[in-house]
Amino acid sequence: MAKHETPLLSQLETGPWPSFVSDIKREAESRAKNEKGIDYQIPVDACEDLLGVLELSYKHGRTHWKHGGIVGVFGYGGGVIGRYCDQPEQFPGVAHFHTMRVSQPAGKFYTTEYLKGLCDLWEFRGSGITNMHGSTGDIIFIGTTTPQLEEVFYELTHTFNQDLGGSGSNLRTPSDCVGQARCEFACYDTQAICHELTNYYQDELHRPAFPYKFKFKFDGCPNCCVASIARSDLSFIGTWRDEIRIDAEAVKAYVGGELKPNGGAHAGRDWGAFDIQKEVVDLCPTKCMRYADGKLEINNKECTRCMHCINVMPRALRIGNDRGVTILAGAKAPILDGAQMGTLIVPFMKAEAPYDDIKEKVIEPIWDWWMEEGKNRERLGELMKRQGLQRMIEVLGVDPDPRMVQEPRSNPYIFWKEDEVEGGWKRDINEFRKYHKR
Amino acid sequence: MAFVSSGYNPEKPMENRITDIGPRHFEEFYPPAVKANKGKWLYHEILEPGVLVHVSETGDELYTVRTGGCRLMSVSHIREICEIADKHCGGYVRFTTRNNIEFMVDSKDKVKPLVDDLMSRKQDGGCYKFPVGGTGAGITNIIHTQGWIHCHTPATDASGPVKATMDVLFDDFRDMRLPAHLRVSLACCLNMCGAVHCSDIAILGYHRKPPMLDHEYLDKMCEIPLAIAACPTAAIKPSKIKLDNGTEVKSVAVNEERCMFCGNCYTMCPSMPLADDVGDGIVIMAGGKVSNRITAPKFSKVVVAFIPNEPPRWPKVTDTIKQIVEAYAKGANKYERLGEWAERIGWERFFEACELDFTHHLIDDFRDPAYYTWRQTSNFKF
Repeated sequence: MAKHETPLLSQLETGPWPSFVSDIKREAESRAKNEKGIDYQIPVDACEDLLGVLELSYKHGRTHWKHGGIVGVFGYGGGVIGRYCDQPEQFPGVAHFHTMRVSQPAGKFYTTEYLKGLCDLWEFRGSGITNMHGSTGDIIFIGTTTPQLEEVFYELTHTFNQDLGGSGSNLRTPSDCVGQARCEFACYDTQAICHELTNYYQDELHRPAFPYKFKFKFDGCPNCCVASIARSDLSFIGTWRDEIRIDAEAVKAYVGGELKPNGGAHAGRDWGAFDIQKEVVDLCPTKCMRYADGKLEINNKECTRCMHCINVMPRALRIGNDRGVTILAGAKAPILDGAQMGTLIVPFMKAEAPYDDIKEKVIEPIWDWWMEEGKNRERLGELMKRQGLQRMIEVLGVDPDPRMVQEPRSNPYIFWKEDEVEGGWKRDINEFRKYHKR
Repeated sequence: MAFVSSGYNPEKPMENRITDIGPRHFEEFYPPAVKANKGKWLYHEILEPGVLVHVSETGDELYTVRTGGCRLMSVSHIREICEIADKHCGGYVRFTTRNNIEFMVDSKDKVKPLVDDLMSRKQDGGCYKFPVGGTGAGITNIIHTQGWIHCHTPATDASGPVKATMDVLFDDFRDMRLPAHLRVSLACCLNMCGAVHCSDIAILGYHRKPPMLDHEYLDKMCEIPLAIAACPTAAIKPSKIKLDNGTEVKSVAVNEERCMFCGNCYTMCPSMPLADDVGDGIVIMAGGKVSNRITAPKFSKVVVAFIPNEPPRWPKVTDTIKQIVEAYAKGANKYERLGEWAERIGWERFFEACELDFTHHLIDDFRDPAYYTWRQTSNFKF
């Protein structure tokens, strides 16, 4: 017998898509039955009260969580999102309902042994409800009480060799695409760099020292499966700078219809027979491809590596062998100044362990600049807008490069540095008047 | 419920404390076929919706079965995922960047029993637990946020509208009939945690009423300059207020004409709540993408200024999304993302094709860049 009536939420149990309501109800029942005889460390009816408060929100059209909440574990300045219900008497099971962010392994591969261990811990010391995963990448434990935070953290670190993720004005939990683990397009080992930088910058992740939050994301190629270009302050996108490798026989097999374009991604509709001219050559954004006499040619010098031809013919076309990353900076959501995507700051850099160039020539100079100059709650992208891309170039110590702009400026409001101008800026008006009367 | 210690000693909190160990190493969790073939993959194919094969230069094959996940999930559900992975996949499983679940097997004959097992599992209410799909030119999982289940600033719920939308789009999760893949995302306020600003179709929680001011508590609860600095349109200024009991307190004043209800002041100051049952609702955006394929990444654009919150199933939201998906499916060329289609035919045609009203709310008026979104050409379609 459910503790609260949930007529609105119950309507979300029908339909084909997996229902979160059915799932939470199942967990509520499991806790009520407690077949394993667990000594639950937070209220046994936490899941029922969670459904109860959500039903009330469905009725009121408003959230029932109080503003903010500052909780955590000693030694760290983040990792836990405190939350308190604004109807604690009615829903005591969720009076405290804090979220713990648990640092996920790169690539989000798991063994069941590890996941089952985490489930046992969270069932015992929390609500038994999770997010798999948070948008930034963390495993999210949703709902526990303040006294359990240190206990969960102790178990995580001592039993699971596992740390918390980031929250607050710091380096947040980095994340990556599946990369070389299971993708032929990956231009570098996204898991290796994600893991290395996460560990190398643990202090910056656990103890907020920044003007605002800062995120890293690692995409193996310009398809951007982890959306680094839109969702990280520093975006690492794999690329190559030599030639796309062409397997002429496989090209013929695509043209002959033996191989399905785009790995069969469009198989749900009849788009007609594959037409290499129409579907590949004509769609190339730089028109650097040619198909004639049964032969495909690419003028690689003019290729911008958008991935389209490789995506369409994965068995015939492969990424080049001279690989690295393109680095873009400043992506963010709208607040305050408007949304930004990453701006290209490093066209090409090798990405090989231990990644010293990326650490010393990119990340740390940018942090030194932003930590000193960034205003309170100003993202890197906004500092770039306020002080200019020129300042970023100075910080990186690189030469300006036409690859860094979509187009040159159209307004003529050009700043010059005094030492760039012959004779400097100190001038005598009386000297001027000798030749130009008032 | 008796307190059970983990071994942590609150009297000596820093004793035996382990810190800065980070995540577990990814290699501990690679299935053997991944470990053996990492960096050696030659090509892949989508065998059917939800089923991929990757072929390595060693000749090894890895079959992946992708299933929907509702992101918000219980430990019972995760244990069921583990049971499936133990039964079919040697105890390995992974999650995608869109919160789908991937079960991997190393030979083709293991695929069908796995798919059949996944599709046979249903909740009591009848929904699938593990619907197979989410690959190729279809609609995959919806990236979403906390909503009323855990956040204090939302203007709508997340899990509910996502379930309602995925029910409506379910056939496209299981099929690959669209011109290109179509990414849907949701954020319950314009902090846009996740991918709303860069998705083909985006659902965004929005307020339409300025904050209420809890003058009696404001100066006690808030760092007033931070609340003032939080406003993108400078609608907030400091003020002094006389309470009913005659005491004068420091507070803020909001110029309501200049407020566009972003809620960022409430994020900074608990005494400025703005949630409202009838004021709050949903904005629909469209045409964003993150990949660099053919065209550069794009921001999504506002195409519907307001749809009311209609819990539990948000029918107007799901109808509108379905309408956009069908117009796109009908009008776009092969490989063309929704934003590329809209730009090719012109946004004036997009509104016509999708049968959406164009209202003054859709015209940008935020600072200098707004000008560049107006039309400085005589090239348009009647």
